[in-house]
Amino acid sequence: MADLALAHLVKRFAGGVVGVDDVTLTVGEGAFTALVGPSGCGKTTILRLVAGLEEPTSGTVQIGGRDVTWLPPRERDVAMVFQNYALYPHLTVRENIAFPLAVRRMAGAELSRRVTNAAELLEIGALLDRKPAQLSGGQRQRAALARAIVREPACFLFDEPLSNLDAQVRAQTRAELVALHRRLGATILYVTHDQVEAMTMAQTVAVMARGRLLQEGAPLRLYRDPASLAVARFLGSPSINTVAGRTTGARFEGALACEARVAACADAVLGVRPEHLVLGPAMDAAPAQVTLVEPLGPESLVRLRLRSGEELVARVAGEAACCAGDAVGVRVAAGTGLFFRAADGTRLA
Amino acid sequence: MPEPRARRALGYAAAIGLALTMVAPFLWMLSTALMDEFEVYQAPPPLLPAVPRFANFTEALTALPFALYFRNSLILAVATVTGQVVTAAMAGYAFARHRFAGRTPLFAVYLGTLMVPGIALLVPRFLLVDAMGLVDTVAGLVSVELVAAWGIFLMRQYFLSLPRDMEDAARLDGASEWQVFWRIAVPLARPALATVALFAFIDAWKALLWPLVIARSPDLRVVEAGVASFHGMYYANWPWQMAAAVAALVPVLVVFLAAQKAFLRGLAFGGFK
Repeated sequence: MADLALAHLVKRFAGGVVGVDDVTLTVGEGAFTALVGPSGCGKTTILRLVAGLEEPTSGTVQIGGRDVTWLPPRERDVAMVFQNYALYPHLTVRENIAFPLAVRRMAGAELSRRVTNAAELLEIGALLDRKPAQLSGGQRQRAALARAIVREPACFLFDEPLSNLDAQVRAQTRAELVALHRRLGATILYVTHDQVEAMTMAQTVAVMARGRLLQEGAPLRLYRDPASLAVARFLGSPSINTVAGRTTGARFEGALACEARVAACADAVLGVRPEHLVLGPAMDAAPAQVTLVEPLGPESLVRLRLRSGEELVARVAGEAACCAGDAVGVRVAAGTGLFFRAADGTRLA
Repeated sequence: MPEPRARRALGYAAAIGLALTMVAPFLWMLSTALMDEFEVYQAPPPLLPAVPRFANFTEALTALPFALYFRNSLILAVATVTGQVVTAAMAGYAFARHRFAGRTPLFAVYLGTLMVPGIALLVPRFLLVDAMGLVDTVAGLVSVELVAAWGIFLMRQYFLSLPRDMEDAARLDGASEWQVFWRIAVPLARPALATVALFAFIDAWKALLWPLVIARSPDLRVVEAGVASFHGMYYANWPWQMAAAVAALVPVLVVFLAAQKAFLRGLAFGGFK
């Protein structure tokens, strides 16, 4: 295994479209980093630049301290798992897994041993003589993983590998991938648009938008301490609530009011997570009307409309004590508000 | 509006009518192949022979050295199929997947050649082959059909329809560009390759004009030329000619039936020819 370092990576496509804009990112040896962002933000392009399937306009890619920016894919020692698995349909699972070894002219006992090991690790030993078309989505995913791990590459690239699986298999595969990462100690760069995947699997999350890297860090740190409104909005489901207003240096004043010990700003945005909204009568509670209650079992989502017309969603434990049409008071739990400049979405300090 | 059942019956009747139009010349050929030499000239001509004359086949096929002609046709067909499949696969892949200077204009030129009628190329081709000293040789016979622009077009379209991820996966797995082509792209393109092969075979097997022009010696004649030679300026032995034509049709039928499934898939894909 080796570390992966991207430095000032830029990819400009024909027609001047900027796919990746000055991205610098390091994935430590044996680390699991998730690259998240909305569709079209450039995360898959980064993966393809690392893999050597695209050439950067400028910047460098280093793997294990070796500059691989201009090397062809086969000389980079990376393995990639594609969104649609990209198994070779004319080959059996065994031949698929053996392919990376066979093209390197490995044969005989060593090849068989490695294929068997990879298949056993992913529990697909019984499927080795089947063709990909005879496998379920989850099994194809495992076969693709086995093909990736069989040659013990310097690092793994995952391009939304779970997005074609149904919800149940996805949750199971998520846990298995984390376990596999622990077992192999592999360096992983994992691309997804699903923030739940990123938050639950990765040690480090890097959030991208419009080709730029907005922020990277531990998942919970990014969730609690986002550097910008875009990061705050991308992480968390339901998304963070936002209310326009101003900060005075001591308080935030808008449709919701709360303490705000940040710089004064005439045009600010309050961001408050659904779990940080408190329902019920209080001195500083803003009046709101419940528009919908969504009971989820262990918790409920209460959708509210403030008098100013702004929509909010609150997460409450267990069953909600209110129902649609009720008038309730809503306030921000002390010290949980996040404040941003409305103009550029940067965090107010 | 007619009832659905009546409409369906009407549809079937039209389909059967069309099918008969297609198959009638073949049935006529078969019937004529079994007639007596003079029965053909009766007026009105009979639909079926009074007594089927199977001897026409042995007589026709031994009147001329048809074994030699079949061998020559087979050489021409195998060379054409091999040449066209190899060049169509390689050029089609290059046009579909590789970026190189002049790719689009070059492809347009290839497509442009499809508009030129074959007959217009006859003289230039002959002059070219003659300049190379290949007139009346096997090399000269097979030389002009080794590359087919339509095959390149079909293969390019087919390769474009394949997901690139598989080829990218192979590159990351360590495959060279040649291995990506040979071990991944070509096996995936089998239906299209079968179509190219089948059309190439049929085209080569029924070729008459070029083999007639390029082959001076009777040793280099192909089956079609043999069939045609029963038809002189002043005399035609129709039953023998038809018997030879039926015999010439057999290999085409065999190849077509063997490749039918892949061919229909390719045809549905290519949507032309």
